[in-house]
Amino acid sequence: MKLAHFPARMAAPIAALLVAGLTATACAPESSDNSGGKDEKSGTLRVWLFQEVTNTPKEKVVDSVVTAFEKAHDGVKVDVQYIPVETRAEKIKAAFNDPKSAPDLIEYGNTDTAGYVKDGGLADVTEEFTDWSESKDTDPTAKQSVTVDGKIYGAPYFVGVRALYYRTDVFEDLGLDVPKTQDELISTAKEIRQAKPDLYGLAVGGAYTYGAMPFIWANGGEIAEGKGGSYAATIDSPQARKGIKAYTSLFGDDNCPADKCAGMGGNDTVTAFASGKAAMAIGGDFSHAAIEAGKAKGKYAVVPLPGVESGDIAPAFAGGNNLGVLNSTSHRTLAVDLMEQLASKKTQSALFDAMGFLPTFTDVRQDVAKREPFVEPFVKTLGAGAKFVPASPAWSQIDASLVLPTMFQEIVSGRKDVAAASEDAAKKMNAAFSSAG
Amino acid sequence: MSRMTNRSLPGSAPGTAAPGAGAPGPAPSLMAGPRPGTGAEPAKNAPSGGPWGPRTGRGKPGRTSPLARGGWTPWLYLAPALVVIGGLLVYPVYQLGLISFLEYTQAQVSGGEPTTFQGFGNYATLFRDEQFWQVLLATVVFAAACVVSTLAVGCALAVLLTRVRAVPRLALMLAALGAWATPAVTGSTVWLLLFDPDFGPVNRVLGLGDHSWTYDRFSAFALVLLEVVWCSFPFVMVTVYAGIRAVPSEVLEAASLDGASQWRVWRSVLAPMLRPILVVVTIQSVIWDFKVFTQIYVMTNGGGIAGQNLVLNVYAYQKAFASSQYSLGSAIGVVMLLILLAVTLVYLRLLRKQGEEL
Repeated sequence: MKLAHFPARMAAPIAALLVAGLTATACAPESSDNSGGKDEKSGTLRVWLFQEVTNTPKEKVVDSVVTAFEKAHDGVKVDVQYIPVETRAEKIKAAFNDPKSAPDLIEYGNTDTAGYVKDGGLADVTEEFTDWSESKDTDPTAKQSVTVDGKIYGAPYFVGVRALYYRTDVFEDLGLDVPKTQDELISTAKEIRQAKPDLYGLAVGGAYTYGAMPFIWANGGEIAEGKGGSYAATIDSPQARKGIKAYTSLFGDDNCPADKCAGMGGNDTVTAFASGKAAMAIGGDFSHAAIEAGKAKGKYAVVPLPGVESGDIAPAFAGGNNLGVLNSTSHRTLAVDLMEQLASKKTQSALFDAMGFLPTFTDVRQDVAKREPFVEPFVKTLGAGAKFVPASPAWSQIDASLVLPTMFQEIVSGRKDVAAASEDAAKKMNAAFSSAG
Repeated sequence: MSRMTNRSLPGSAPGTAAPGAGAPGPAPSLMAGPRPGTGAEPAKNAPSGGPWGPRTGRGKPGRTSPLARGGWTPWLYLAPALVVIGGLLVYPVYQLGLISFLEYTQAQVSGGEPTTFQGFGNYATLFRDEQFWQVLLATVVFAAACVVSTLAVGCALAVLLTRVRAVPRLALMLAALGAWATPAVTGSTVWLLLFDPDFGPVNRVLGLGDHSWTYDRFSAFALVLLEVVWCSFPFVMVTVYAGIRAVPSEVLEAASLDGASQWRVWRSVLAPMLRPILVVVTIQSVIWDFKVFTQIYVMTNGGGIAGQNLVLNVYAYQKAFASSQYSLGSAIGVVMLLILLAVTLVYLRLLRKQGEEL
């Protein structure tokens, strides 16, 4: 009965402490178990693919693969869901956090590979991929985008690559030639702006990392270099700085005013071009539909982005998506099999016809380029050697914390010079590389 | 307090009450402890007339043991509220604190890597980050500017409301309530559109051509400040207006008979009488404006050019969710919590001291 002598007002803190203590012992932050382990040969396979702007053609191709797959495997049902691209990060994180309701097979952006592997979300399919008869024709850059530390974590689904869109009517009007070098590109852009002040010469964006990277790569720079499994930033190397300088020189009243262009991302520059506000833009094969839907329709052409020397092609960023089997799957063999079917040469060729996605197999890509001349400059760009972001789990963190956009924006807005901004960016990247190791 | 009238209690003990509540004799009189506001389930209690005993009975039965005089009974009534508060407030804050001491990123959440204890590692990382200090400074200055502007606009319009006729008053009320009811995302988008360099009416009216309001750091902050004030002044205005209405008109009459000017009436009569209300709206505004997220996130596209318009909340979001560093984001959350607690406590202290002097 001693307790009863406690003043009542002390009971509240005691109760609160008690509650806190109880919860403290009960609930440390959770970690989920993604180890899967089972390999059932029947049941339902769950697949998450990205929802495209016009999704029906994609669904048709996928449906035909799924129907054939279900026919070939008795007692297997495939449930395909299309998830919105904007919320894919949350969805996929949630799938890793809750393996029970996670799908068996997902489509994912290829810059996320290393991050997802570190999260323990993707299954190592090195053996199956190497044994797969079609994999030998996979483009090396695409293969690199599913590889982390020598192990393969998926199958490339399609690639996306950027090239130079330009307005044929503007060039004809001003009697300009298509630029053949980076210097010519910059001077042509400024010439157009001078003659037509209501147009951006070349639409650029301070937040358009993948439009800026070709300038750095063309000058021999790199974002980072792998040193014994871990990476070190080289964005402040003299070559990289040359590229940064070239790209940032395009911001200003003589081409793309900083107060508007510093904040633009890739989509904004494509929108500017499509709506007739820019004479040139760096757009992807996947931007085709958006540009066809705008004012620029029928008045443009595409060439590979010129490099430093005449005739060179600036290395482009090899974007694109992959398919991967989740570590937590209970149908590993079936899921890998379906992944190969969905990423097969036949499916990729059909997907190109339906959606314009560039195939990841070099031979299939040559074939489709013959069928559809529009993709020729993109295939050429890929053929000249496209580049990929560092295959480090730190990359998604660097990307999400806007290290490179911040660097470009600091230079463009005159807050820092190229040397200082690139040094800061390198520092931030190295911190991320060392913490994500 | 008007609800605490004498009612026959023992028979009306609500379903949620613990067995002891039915005890006859002194028990009902001692149940004055919990107030309606603190009850987590007032709806459940209310229909039965409420367990609150007559106020006059409080503390009457001398200094016997708490149990004998039913000292634990109030806590039984408070228990549901405490459990809810514990679950919704204490537990999340506890988790926030716990995570801030761990290495907890997406890899740990999904089991790719083991969770490790970092001690003050996350805080060290945070305090070493130059950007954090810049963001903190920007947040404090920006929040202060927002609070001052919101209070100034809200109080000025509240006084105006008492001076105008019914129709303009109704119009002003409706306009303010409209602003209040507008979701922050919608409000921000509309403001952004008004100031759009290409299509915005503001530039057209002012003849500014294609001036971009979000490019310069200060003009971007000013634009966000306008939106924040616009969507938070109605709360101040309505509350202060209600307060002014409650001031006896004789007092104001007396002041004006003494020849006090409008400003003098506000400063020497209204403001002191409204002090409790002003305290509440100030603290509310400090907390809201310190935690501004939506407006900055939407209007400056996640923090502005090169992160120039970042405030703590957006910064924490970028760290915690955009780059999945949940532990670092938690550390920022804890720092914010401590700052807000400190600001609120200091402010309350100051006011109390002033009150004693007055």
